[in-house]
Amino acid sequence: MSAALLIEQLLNGLQLGVMLFLIAAGLTLIFGVMGLINLAHGSLYMIGAFACAAVAAATGSFWIGLAASLAAAAAAGALMEVVIVRRLYERDHLDQVLATFALILILSEGTRWIFGSFPLYLDIPPLLQGAVPLPGGGQYQLYRLAIIGVGIVVAIGLYLLISRTRLGMRIRAGETDREMIAALGVDIRTLYTVVFALGAALAGLAGAMVGALQSVQVGMGEPALILAFVVIVIGGIGSIKGALVGAVLVGIVDTMGRFLLPKLLALALPASQANMVGAALASMLIYIVMAMILAFKPRGLFAGHG
Amino acid sequence: MRGILAASLLGLSLTVSGLAQAEPVKIGVITTLSGGGAGLGVDMRDAFTLAMKQSGNTDVELIVEDDAQKPELAVQIAEKMIQSDKVDLMTGIIWSNLAMAVVPNTVAQDVIYLSPNAGPSALAGANCNKNYFNVAYQNDNFHEAMGQYANKDYKKTFILAPNYPAGKDSLTGFKRYYKGELAGELYTQVGQTDYAAEIAQIRASGADSVFFFLPGGMGIAFMKQYAQSGVGIPVLGPSFSFSQDVLPAIGDAALGVKNSASWSHDLDNEANKKFVEAFQAEYKRLPSIYAAQSWDTANLILSAMSKASVKDKDAFRAALKAADFQSVRGEFTFNTNNHPIQNIYVREVVKEGDVLTNKIIGTAFEKHGDAYAEQCKM
Amino acid sequence: MMAGLSREKTANIVLALLLLGVPLAAVAAGEPFYVTLATRIVILALAAIGLNIALGLGGLVSFGHAAFFGLGGYVAGILATHAFNGETVLFGLPSTTSMPVIWLVAVVLCGLVALPIGAISLRTSGVYFIMITLAFAQMIYYFAVSWPDYGGEDGLSLYVRNTFPGVNTAQPLPYFLVCLGVLAAAVCLFWLLRGSRFGAALEAARQNTTRLSAVGIAPFNIKLVAFVISAMVTGLAGALFADLNRFVSPSMASWQMSGELIVLIILGGKGRLFGPIAGAIVYVLFEFALGGITERWQFFLGLMLLGVVLFARGGLLGLVAGRARHD
Repeated sequence: MSAALLIEQLLNGLQLGVMLFLIAAGLTLIFGVMGLINLAHGSLYMIGAFACAAVAAATGSFWIGLAASLAAAAAAGALMEVVIVRRLYERDHLDQVLATFALILILSEGTRWIFGSFPLYLDIPPLLQGAVPLPGGGQYQLYRLAIIGVGIVVAIGLYLLISRTRLGMRIRAGETDREMIAALGVDIRTLYTVVFALGAALAGLAGAMVGALQSVQVGMGEPALILAFVVIVIGGIGSIKGALVGAVLVGIVDTMGRFLLPKLLALALPASQANMVGAALASMLIYIVMAMILAFKPRGLFAGHG
Repeated sequence: MRGILAASLLGLSLTVSGLAQAEPVKIGVITTLSGGGAGLGVDMRDAFTLAMKQSGNTDVELIVEDDAQKPELAVQIAEKMIQSDKVDLMTGIIWSNLAMAVVPNTVAQDVIYLSPNAGPSALAGANCNKNYFNVAYQNDNFHEAMGQYANKDYKKTFILAPNYPAGKDSLTGFKRYYKGELAGELYTQVGQTDYAAEIAQIRASGADSVFFFLPGGMGIAFMKQYAQSGVGIPVLGPSFSFSQDVLPAIGDAALGVKNSASWSHDLDNEANKKFVEAFQAEYKRLPSIYAAQSWDTANLILSAMSKASVKDKDAFRAALKAADFQSVRGEFTFNTNNHPIQNIYVREVVKEGDVLTNKIIGTAFEKHGDAYAEQCKM
Repeated sequence: MMAGLSREKTANIVLALLLLGVPLAAVAAGEPFYVTLATRIVILALAAIGLNIALGLGGLVSFGHAAFFGLGGYVAGILATHAFNGETVLFGLPSTTSMPVIWLVAVVLCGLVALPIGAISLRTSGVYFIMITLAFAQMIYYFAVSWPDYGGEDGLSLYVRNTFPGVNTAQPLPYFLVCLGVLAAAVCLFWLLRGSRFGAALEAARQNTTRLSAVGIAPFNIKLVAFVISAMVTGLAGALFADLNRFVSPSMASWQMSGELIVLIILGGKGRLFGPIAGAIVYVLFEFALGGITERWQFFLGLMLLGVVLFARGGLLGLVAGRARHD
């Protein structure tokens, strides 16, 4: 195994992690501020992907599609918040689970109603096609590097937003004491809608960017949702920093597990059996890691407000 | 409560004929009409109902239900169709794992099941059944064909498939006929959507070709990422990832890929021309292989109905086994285990105008059966 | 309050009568399928009652109970398959098609698996507990998918339904009655637990962990016992479900299944004796009736569930009987 391949696989893990961060950031933000478990977050991700694919197909431009995905997911998020989610903040987590589970069913079938049963087409924009050379002789795909870049920008942006702006100050205040912030005269209802729309837009952005790599189809949101939950639980619910660390950890563990486990097992087992057992173990690996982390740090790596 | 149930039952019966006669043949169709895999089921159902409609046969009553790609739900619907609707025949299931859930218990109750897709090896060998007819293929067939075809040009193939039974059947089938060396063999996660790690290994392996079996969204994701990565090693696969239902989603990345199937829309025979024209006229899209297999299933049933009464099971089974119908796949007969003997073609993905589709470039096998038939004692 | 409780009792009696009466009527009317549908309701209700012990009484929201449901199913499937082929199971242990033996194995195995899972998971609480139970269930799910010996993703078919002494289980009605008997026993178990000192301690552990510690009872142990019992009941339901379908597959252990079990409880009314039963009746009938009318049935199922959460707090039984004592 060459060093170049190892570096490439590490980058792949990092890129998968960054992608997970984009989905998880909104989820953890919404939980941190409103205390809401949103199972329908994966559906917002799906809406982003469908909006981007549909608009890109109509206009011929990925970038217009990307803008549309942000707008569509934010609008869907705001609508969801105003019509339904708003009524759930005071309920216990169970009611939230049931209501947002119902939303998954509605949004999935609704999307299929509008866009039909067949997967949609979305490709990476011409500007980001191709690869760049890596030190050590390998090369890495430009689009995946761009995803890593977007992830870093979003992470910094969120950090600045929360620590430096008035909105961020209100979000922080909302996390610690909801009555207090209402007493200070902040319109908490608007604040919640804005935060929910922001989280939704991040999910939509992730959906659009991932849609260019994967298949834009109904049901794409749920596997992403489960992984995002794993990420925010490892990181500590409500913590943006935790989501970033958790996401990169999950991305790298998953990628390196798929890559290295069959090779390690091949030292002890016949080749085809090693492949099978290795693949089986790799698929369980992130959950094993998550259980181990929670066994020792029951509130995640960066204990938040959960 | 019984009122609700009775009312809903009335709601489900979709009578194809305007004039229901005294004793119509009841066919239960269980297929996937909701969720991510719905495209395949929709094609299956559309072709089946169209074939029945075109035949003008008024003795057929169809009962179509959605299994949502859940095995437990499929089992429940099958029980309902057998016990409550008292269907004579059943068909429609797309996925191997749902077929494994439904078929053994259905045929054990002496109901005839015709598979329009999916042919798990477990049902083809020692556990074959006189009531089970596979009108599609045995799961290994297309992979075997690609193994055979790979011998022509390639000596070092990298192979990968998901880590589940159909995936293992796939790689086993490929290796059964492939004589070259393997550059690598990988099992991926079921439902996996990111293949960067696998593609990096393919690039590093020194392979001269790649064979993959990744149905549904997995295949779309793999093909897009593979093309974007610029690895450029030729790709081979069974038709499932290059069928008419997924090609638009993969886009130009699929151009030039060789894939194996028992059917293609440009296959030159009378029945096929009629089918493709009728399907396009009715639904404004090209049919997929699932539609073709389903069309054949419907016509097989119609041919048997013209020869024997469905109430006389032995005679009807014999009539089915004769396979006396015009298949869109050309020559079609049943093997001793009620699985097809048919040609398997190699197709290439091409662009006709703006539409991505397949064109036949060769024949991998003529009159090909399957490896399990000899274990079948029927 | 008293009026509310008695209304709940009336509702319970009506549900029990429906559950017994409708299948009998169906047999009389020559519609055996509705017996099968009722059996499905009974078994899902049983699984949800198991979960309700942890969730309703102990406040432990397990998002991983499908793991035990699947495990119970695989016990039935594996033992019966080996018996069908005349083989032994691991280490020469005998295989069997006798339901009571299978149930015992399923219950014990689920208890043994739930013990370490519970012990680790209970170190966490709240959303972390929800997610760590999910993580364990996903491990078991992926193990089942990729383990080739028992069918992997394709699952495992039982060619004949297992046997119960003195009952012809191949017929729908006798098998239904067997399942109904088990459900009745589980309802009694839930009722006894809720009224017992153990139940009171569990209630106290749910509401105030520190106060309970102060009087010398370890809340961790009480919750762990509740979690294990809960897993055992759900595992038993899994074994029955495998026999009903004569089929078991990893989808029984999927996270969607865990979600469905939670949905059944909330739909019916959390912590209520008959809540899971009411939930299972409505959910299965809705799925069945809508599935026949439109292929968009999941859309309308979602709308119904949403309606229940928003407008029927305390679930369907809560709607009938008013808010419960412990809501």
